Amino acid sequence: MPKRTDIKKILIIGSGPIVIGQACEFDYSGTQACKALRGEGYEVVLVNSNPATIMTDPDLADATYIEPITVPMLTKVIEIERPDAILPTMGGQTALNASLDLAEAGVLKKYGIELIGANVKAIRKAEDRELFKEAMEELNLSVPRSGVANDMVAAREIAVDIGFPAILRPSFTLGGTGGGIAYNQEEFEEIAASGLDASPTNEILIEESIIGWKEFELEVMRDHADNVVIICPIENFDPMGIHTGDSITVAPAQTLTDKEYQILRDASVAIIREIGVDTGGSNIQFAINPKDGRLAVIEMNPRVSRSSALASKATGFPIAKIAALLSVGYTLDEIPNDITKKTPASFEPTIDYVVTKIPRFTFEKFPGTKPNLTTQMKSVGEVMAIGRTFKESFHKALRSMETDAYGLDKIINPNRKAYMFEPTALEKDAIKRGLATPTPDKLSYMADALRAGFSIDDIYHITMVDPWFIRQIWDIIELEDELSRATELDEGLLRRAKEAGFANKMIAEIGGLKETEVMELLGASNVVPVYKRVDTCAAEFEASTPYLYSTYERPFYNINSNNPPAALCEAAPTENQKVMILGSGPNRIGQGIEFDYCCVHASYALKEAGFESIMVNCNPETVSTDYDTSDRLYFEPLTFEDVMAIVEKEKPFGVIVQLGGQTPLKLAVPLEKAGVKILGTPPDSIDRAEDRERFDELLTKLDLKRPDSGTARSIDESVTIAGRIGYPVMVRPSYVLGGRAMVIVYDESALIEYMTKAVEASPEHPILIDCFLAGAIEVDCDVICDGRDAVISGIMEHIEEAGVHSGDSACSIPPYSLQPDILDQIRTQAKALAMELGVIGLMNVQFAVKGDDIYIIEVNPRASRTIPYVSKTIYKPLAKLATQVMVGKTLKELGFTEEVAPHYTAVKEAVFPFIKFPGVDSLLGPEMKSTGEVMGIAEDFGGAFAKAQISAGNTMPLKGTVFISVKDDDKPYMVEIARDIKEAGFSIIATAGTESYLREHHVDAEMVKKVGDGRPDIVDRIKSNQVDMVINTTVGEKSIADSFSIRRSSLEYAIPYFTTVAAAKTAVMGIKEIQGGGLTVKSIQEYHKELIQRSSAS
Amino acid sequence: MENKRKAILALSDGTIFEGLGFGAPGEVAAEVCFNTSMTGYQEILTDPSYCGQMVAMTYPQIGNYGLNVEDVESWRPWVSGFIVKEPCAEPSSWRSEESLDFYMKKHSIVGIHGIDTRALTMLLRERGAMEAIISTVDLDPESLVRKAQAHPSLVGRDLVKEVTCTEPYTWDELPWSLVDGYTRASDLGDNAKMVVAYDFGIKRNILRMLTAAGCAVRVVPANTPAEEVLAMAPDGVFLSNGPGDPAAVTYAVENVKKLIGKVPLFGICLGHQITSLALGGKSYKLKFGHRGGNQPVMDLATKKVEITSQNHGFAIDGDSMKDIAHVSHINLNDKTVEGITGPGFFTVQYHPESSPGPHDSEYLFERFMESMKA
Repeated sequence: MPKRTDIKKILIIGSGPIVIGQACEFDYSGTQACKALRGEGYEVVLVNSNPATIMTDPDLADATYIEPITVPMLTKVIEIERPDAILPTMGGQTALNASLDLAEAGVLKKYGIELIGANVKAIRKAEDRELFKEAMEELNLSVPRSGVANDMVAAREIAVDIGFPAILRPSFTLGGTGGGIAYNQEEFEEIAASGLDASPTNEILIEESIIGWKEFELEVMRDHADNVVIICPIENFDPMGIHTGDSITVAPAQTLTDKEYQILRDASVAIIREIGVDTGGSNIQFAINPKDGRLAVIEMNPRVSRSSALASKATGFPIAKIAALLSVGYTLDEIPNDITKKTPASFEPTIDYVVTKIPRFTFEKFPGTKPNLTTQMKSVGEVMAIGRTFKESFHKALRSMETDAYGLDKIINPNRKAYMFEPTALEKDAIKRGLATPTPDKLSYMADALRAGFSIDDIYHITMVDPWFIRQIWDIIELEDELSRATELDEGLLRRAKEAGFANKMIAEIGGLKETEVMELLGASNVVPVYKRVDTCAAEFEASTPYLYSTYERPFYNINSNNPPAALCEAAPTENQKVMILGSGPNRIGQGIEFDYCCVHASYALKEAGFESIMVNCNPETVSTDYDTSDRLYFEPLTFEDVMAIVEKEKPFGVIVQLGGQTPLKLAVPLEKAGVKILGTPPDSIDRAEDRERFDELLTKLDLKRPDSGTARSIDESVTIAGRIGYPVMVRPSYVLGGRAMVIVYDESALIEYMTKAVEASPEHPILIDCFLAGAIEVDCDVICDGRDAVISGIMEHIEEAGVHSGDSACSIPPYSLQPDILDQIRTQAKALAMELGVIGLMNVQFAVKGDDIYIIEVNPRASRTIPYVSKTIYKPLAKLATQVMVGKTLKELGFTEEVAPHYTAVKEAVFPFIKFPGVDSLLGPEMKSTGEVMGIAEDFGGAFAKAQISAGNTMPLKGTVFISVKDDDKPYMVEIARDIKEAGFSIIATAGTESYLREHHVDAEMVKKVGDGRPDIVDRIKSNQVDMVINTTVGEKSIADSFSIRRSSLEYAIPYFTTVAAAKTAVMGIKEIQGGGLTVKSIQEYHKELIQRSSAS
Repeated sequence: MENKRKAILALSDGTIFEGLGFGAPGEVAAEVCFNTSMTGYQEILTDPSYCGQMVAMTYPQIGNYGLNVEDVESWRPWVSGFIVKEPCAEPSSWRSEESLDFYMKKHSIVGIHGIDTRALTMLLRERGAMEAIISTVDLDPESLVRKAQAHPSLVGRDLVKEVTCTEPYTWDELPWSLVDGYTRASDLGDNAKMVVAYDFGIKRNILRMLTAAGCAVRVVPANTPAEEVLAMAPDGVFLSNGPGDPAAVTYAVENVKKLIGKVPLFGICLGHQITSLALGGKSYKLKFGHRGGNQPVMDLATKKVEITSQNHGFAIDGDSMKDIAHVSHINLNDKTVEGITGPGFFTVQYHPESSPGPHDSEYLFERFMESMKA
């Protein structure tokens, strides 16, 4: 069937901000969909509130709305654009839910819009537990038995039917509070009672436990003609009980006989048909009992997903792109396979390598929570690695993680010398505990268990990880032992180690050598990596796409030829001028999609500039690892070893390290030392900005101010420095991104505690101590510089005051309160810094403004997290321009010489994962905790801020009750805000101190009890839905602890809460804005048109 | 692997892969081909169509789930040699009974591992299927290449006689189920059809599928005269898969000529090729064949695409079938003929009985039942 001609305009809904469970994989899928549909001549309208995405680039859609993904706002977009259809399957659960809401609100009907890909009925059938269960029963497929109870009697009845262990989940409590696993009647009684109590609707779900079963996922595609194909079976290393997003997963499935695999395949085909997903991709999850192969269907996602992004990268089959084409009427056989060009997409990829995905966690950012892996997803990113064997791909994935591990680290007495060891009884217990309670350290425990003599069977019975995987790890441990005992690393042993994926660093560590020595040994033995192609077909057809991974293969030869034996390398580098871009690796808090955005732009810019672009990255969720983003893609770990190997193969003209965040930046100096040309700002300038002493010299030279500070290499030194500066001080380890382990300490005892517990200060790892500028306004300034000219690209005034990490703070372009002369000084200082540092490319400066004083907090001569937000706001592709500059263009040549002054306001707001981490406080501080960001754009600041809040999930109340409890310092500022709140028609409740202060200043408020002062207290009021907004600022350990339950309950009851006065103030402005006439929507292309008209008029 | 002895794979074009031996020690020469299935190695090992061939698996890790008594397609393994990147020493599956290495030793199959199977696949793709030798005893490359070159090609060889049964037998086993394993058809009902299946190297799953469709199956040796078959008064005749060059199985071609039009015919793989030859078509050897479980085939009548299991090195020339029969199915990858149909017969080149592979084409067994009703 050819494509449909009855639809012309298609609305694509994005997934909004990056949150845990919904990351940049939806930028990858949405971008593919936009490209594919526009390529077919459709007009594409896009709505997404996340500015850090490639999909919201103005040239990817005909109209791009960076607006909240809510029914009212989407309706406004629909009123303007009048699309014929909505493609709801590209933007994760967000887009699916928004589409369902639009249908329910009658908007689709009113405007005659069709859902393509998945219809309302299919989405409901897949998403509604009961409907899904019925559908599965229809197909004779089993699902875990379950029931819903509203009292203990009903609960007991269900328990009789299900048996033990049973999983109990209270309804409508987020973060999994009040649930658990009951192994017997006694536990059941206890958990059921507490669960019923914890649920706002007194409801619990009781489910048969299939913890310990094996977990599989199949990616399925279907077209209009009812052709169905499976793209890839994925097997989870971790058993059921750990969310698949938090599980190590492997493609293809490793431990299923063909007969069992075909059962899964048949079931998947039947399910996609029964659910009625007309066209596109779905992800279906299964559990299999390891004892008898019994199958249970876990769930189905009637849309592209994280797993489909992984399956696409794992096989080379672009699921989202094909799904988009199918949604407009094509059939699979009509679409060519991009990689082979000659064969159609109506086939099932087969692969001749093993793919391993490992999730990346950031529990260290949330000290209040246990690092336990459960059914609630907690990982913030992932890496994927490709190898010819599991061992190789597993090892490559481990070193892709950037957790300073290059292999299976020791965890029991980690400084012990020997690998194999005889554990003490205590150590044995520690290992058992580590195995029994999975955490991100589970692999280290498994490795140490094997080193300590646990059998595969022992480990299997504790972990329920399939013995096949444990045996693979045992193979690694055995080889590690051989390496550690070898008197000489001969070619045979080295080759076996490299084939099993051992990093050079690991071999060096085991053998007591330096990494360079290992490299020399490998070179001398001619043990070098070769590159193989990801081709969808296991080499059955020729692959024309250079999507490559490294491996080690044995040389072979032909007796009729004089060529020496050699392993087959398929890299086939060209003679073109090429530039290599180092990506940003796994997403984590502090380094996310923004850097991938920059790398992708670099690739686009290089193409335009006539260079061949080579991308190196290991994050499967990203656009950068799409095989058609760059001319060549190396899906490889971003370590010195792996990057150098590619450099040696490709011999690029230069390497770009400044766009991928800290990951490639760390490699700049070692790469330069190895003779690699680093394009753009020289690594020495990066060092000048990062090394505290050299940085001080730089500022002194330019006569710029910075907060009083010092570098401490011991506890004593820290006390002296802090005493000199005066408390409070801000402390942090040097060389970190995202404010890792950065805190504000208010007195000496807190400082000493920090120095002893939180960090280990040492001469190699100094601690930085800064004066904390209380109440200062923070400002971010992005600059682009070609060495001759520096142009300000954006000045962002933060909404939260200094002390809140810049990545966590909302901010505004243009600044909303700073005076012009201050802004001019900021411009001058930023430009001076760029010129002095010799920046070629991008630079970000953070300022703090206190009164008339401007302090430099930090200078980063690299792309910052704000680049996509600024680019979208000023309508200039900054990363692209920076890349052009790096390859020799001047800003004059590029036509970017003037700062852009938008007539509208764009506010960026951060989005936080607190809800996923039970027990964690949501207070903001100098350590970054946000996972993503949104942007609100409007004619004025209030509107932009309100939109940003809505997009960030903070539903702005328009009436009701506001709770206020603020620290003494904030009380004077609160009066005016409280008046505004009253004026906006809200009533106020406040704790005693705040209430009396407000009363003294003639603002009426009702007093409400603090927690611990008797009931009902503020938390009771929140839980009874009597509070619509919370303003709560605190200082000091005790009052922070006292108010914790207020913030936590607000979070769990989804009540907007503000923990700084500045944010509260702007929130009230936003509320008034919405009350005053409602928010309007406008595409960024429209804003741009206005911008051009204005600049030509002036 | 506990077995670290050296082994060499030598190809007739002079290519030498040095690896390690596994399975039985020794030396074996055969045509080398590759299979792209990621699962189903036991079914592949025991598929009689691989007689005279050694198989390289493109998926690098083979043997993961071990071997068992159930996943067999005939009474013994038939591949001459087995080539994998990394065989699994310690399989894991509730169904596993023994390791690949143990199984191959037990059945005297010579194997080589540790070589670049992807490079081998690319060589075969570019240069075509060729004769090869695996040896753990003779490690002299020159000598091995000479032996490979001396080994006869599959073209013109009748391998059916090596694999067919010697005596007729009755089949009543049903397809495998997770809960019950294999069960026997106790009562086929009133609509049961009596089918004679020619065994040119028949895979058991074909027999199981026929049984499940409602056929009372009588299997006969490949050289059973047509007259004898017709004398059994079957409702239909099935022509099975099998190894080697169809043109060499002249007696089968002659018998099929006598059956066409007399009794409904259904053929798979070699059975399809023999039928085509009997109708006057021509067969030819593909450069490197189709072997795997992901081949897209279009049913030209419905335009629907089936993902099929395939294993064939020869194919039927579509042009030669013009005016003789209707081409019903084509391979979407290379547009080769995958099925023909005509009055009283229909045949497919691929394997609707799968095992291993997808079950998309099981409808053909129903179609056979339908054809016998008419």
